[in-house]
Amino acid sequence: MKKPELLVTPKSVEHIEDLISSGADAFIIGEQQFGLRLAGEFSLKQVNEATKVIHAANKKVYVAVNALFHNDRLEALDEYLMELQRIGVDSIVFGDPAVLMAVRELNITIPLHWNPETTATNWFQANYWAERGAKRAVLARELSLDEIIEIKENSQPEIEVQIHGMTCMFQSKRKLLGNYFLFRKEAMEIENRKENKNMFLHDKERKNKYPIYEDLNGTHIFSPNDMCLIDELTELFEAGIDSLKFDGILQSDDYITTVTNLYRQAIDAYFDQGEEAYEALKDDLLEKIEVIQPPLRPLDTGFIFKETVY
Amino acid sequence: MLQLIQNDKISELVNGKRVITKKPELLAPAGSLEKLKVAVHYGADAVFIGGQEFGLRSNADNFSIEEMREGVEFAKQYGAVIYVTTNIFAHNENMTGLAEYLQAIEGVGVRGIIVADPLIIETCRRVAPKLEIHLSTQQSLSNWKAVKYWKQEGLHRVVLAREVGAQEMRKMKEEVDIEIEAFVHGAMCIAYSGRCVLSNHMTARDSNRGGCCQSCRWDYDLYENVEGEEIALFEDGDAPFAMSPKDLKLIESIPHMIELGIDSLKVEGRMKSIHYIATVISVYRKVIDAYCADPENFKIKKEWLEELDRCANRATASSFFEGEPSYKQQMFGFHAPKMKWDFAGLVLDYDQDTQIVTLQQRNYFKVGDTVEFFGPNIETFTMQVEQLWDERGNEIDLANHPLQIVKFKVKQPLFKFNMMRKENK
Repeated sequence: MKKPELLVTPKSVEHIEDLISSGADAFIIGEQQFGLRLAGEFSLKQVNEATKVIHAANKKVYVAVNALFHNDRLEALDEYLMELQRIGVDSIVFGDPAVLMAVRELNITIPLHWNPETTATNWFQANYWAERGAKRAVLARELSLDEIIEIKENSQPEIEVQIHGMTCMFQSKRKLLGNYFLFRKEAMEIENRKENKNMFLHDKERKNKYPIYEDLNGTHIFSPNDMCLIDELTELFEAGIDSLKFDGILQSDDYITTVTNLYRQAIDAYFDQGEEAYEALKDDLLEKIEVIQPPLRPLDTGFIFKETVY
Repeated sequence: MLQLIQNDKISELVNGKRVITKKPELLAPAGSLEKLKVAVHYGADAVFIGGQEFGLRSNADNFSIEEMREGVEFAKQYGAVIYVTTNIFAHNENMTGLAEYLQAIEGVGVRGIIVADPLIIETCRRVAPKLEIHLSTQQSLSNWKAVKYWKQEGLHRVVLAREVGAQEMRKMKEEVDIEIEAFVHGAMCIAYSGRCVLSNHMTARDSNRGGCCQSCRWDYDLYENVEGEEIALFEDGDAPFAMSPKDLKLIESIPHMIELGIDSLKVEGRMKSIHYIATVISVYRKVIDAYCADPENFKIKKEWLEELDRCANRATASSFFEGEPSYKQQMFGFHAPKMKWDFAGLVLDYDQDTQIVTLQQRNYFKVGDTVEFFGPNIETFTMQVEQLWDERGNEIDLANHPLQIVKFKVKQPLFKFNMMRKENK
């Protein structure tokens, strides 16, 4: 059996060095003008630096180009893709077909990962985008374990699944926080809060807290819990999922580094020593995460064991 | 304000006068066969409906294949066409029965499907090639290059994201030769469509398979987390955080949309009443026809705007059409229902000689009430109900039974399917 890739989201070039030591195999970086909801903001210069560091360690670097583009960003998109080609990153992550079109027009040879987030829900779509050039499909986080396994069994491209961290549940183009403050005639609040990512919405009825922030792409709202599958990985391992992603958005550097290492241990235990070694270790790993888990972020297993109706 | 730019591709000079030759399609929603018939009768060129599978709005009544057949036949008499929404993002389990379903839709003469998932696009192309394929707004199509992608994939039409503005539409039309459908009226997602799973998290209902519970319309409290301490960003008496958008209304931008060359103007609302559909469609019909006949001298009439407001129950705004919407295009705090007029009756018959209307009651009304009639073939007018009879000719004071058949005198001629509304005091 092939070891799955452990994919993480660094916050800076320095952070990448720590994460390499912690056992990460691959990294997602980028900037908000082109990529959605990144843990860190990396200018092209930093992408260049990061790529050198990552390649020197024989690891992979993927760049998020998965924004929903409007006409006004298409020109910049072309230039950005050409720069990524020049730097030689290992993949371009896209959701908008405009990126696919630009890649074709510009003869970009960097492999593509298809990630439209919420709408990647079945194996047919994974194969559809693979036929059009995607080497990998990143699945929606709203799928159950059985659905993920069935997709893997029927898909041509590599499959990437999120195993830890918060997930986005809403993106609006509107500036909803700014609008709220403006409505309350508190424009100062907006000025003061440009880089503030500590806000959350309290849903009193469900007793949930949803992180919320604004950036160039609009307003983003996140799940009330952090998904954590560190003790539920056996079936994903057995299914042969190619890449396991820990999305560290809105988490601290230390948290991301530590949790990366715990997943490294889980993967190595299973693949180097066997299922029993993983089974023996997993509760301990989960406990270690629970200890460092931020107070406002309860853990759950996302939609892995949850059924949705419609 | 947006500048109106004349588009020579859509007009001709007839006897020295400019007329619009490329009239956009007016596309109406219908959640039932009755609503479909009303939409067509009131002037829709096309109607979109949901089937019992593969569409969003699982709460709408939705159509059986037989009802679709009847709808298609009815529409045909008016030269109108029917589209079926099959715009879920399917999960593996939803793949069963898709081919048969699409073939059945094709078989009853539906013109096309509105679809988001490539699974459904490709299946349709393979098993039901006569159906047109329209890309749903669920794909949040926001730029011309992506429009070009779907054109290359052989789609007939794309429905744009609600976040696309007039300038962006112009560029799309310039760059790509494909039909473009854009929303002009109705409720909207405040998120990019397809990119919201609030419902999945809050109520375990899958928003991208028709289960949306509209959690975005609820109120929330905004806090800040400062080193573990939760600090309220509101004070007692402040309106809570909300992300409810005002409903879209582009009636005054219709000339712009026509000049942009938009192919289909879409009214949202498969859950809405027949009164809503009749009112909205008839007003948009008047505006489109008036502008196309004589763009030079077109002026929007105050009574059209007033009439449109009679079926509104929420505040309205222009959304992204003229640029990024400000906070004024959202709703905060308490909102009293805005609806001032109720649908009170549907005309079943009118006797020219006796001037007696036979009406199916749809809401309480009584002798002495001022009522308003509207619909195809008549100019909207108001009058007072002077005397009222039941079906057997007995004089009554009020019509208070749902669907009760009543008769009374109306001096101006009426036609079957005209509607009566009354002010809600």
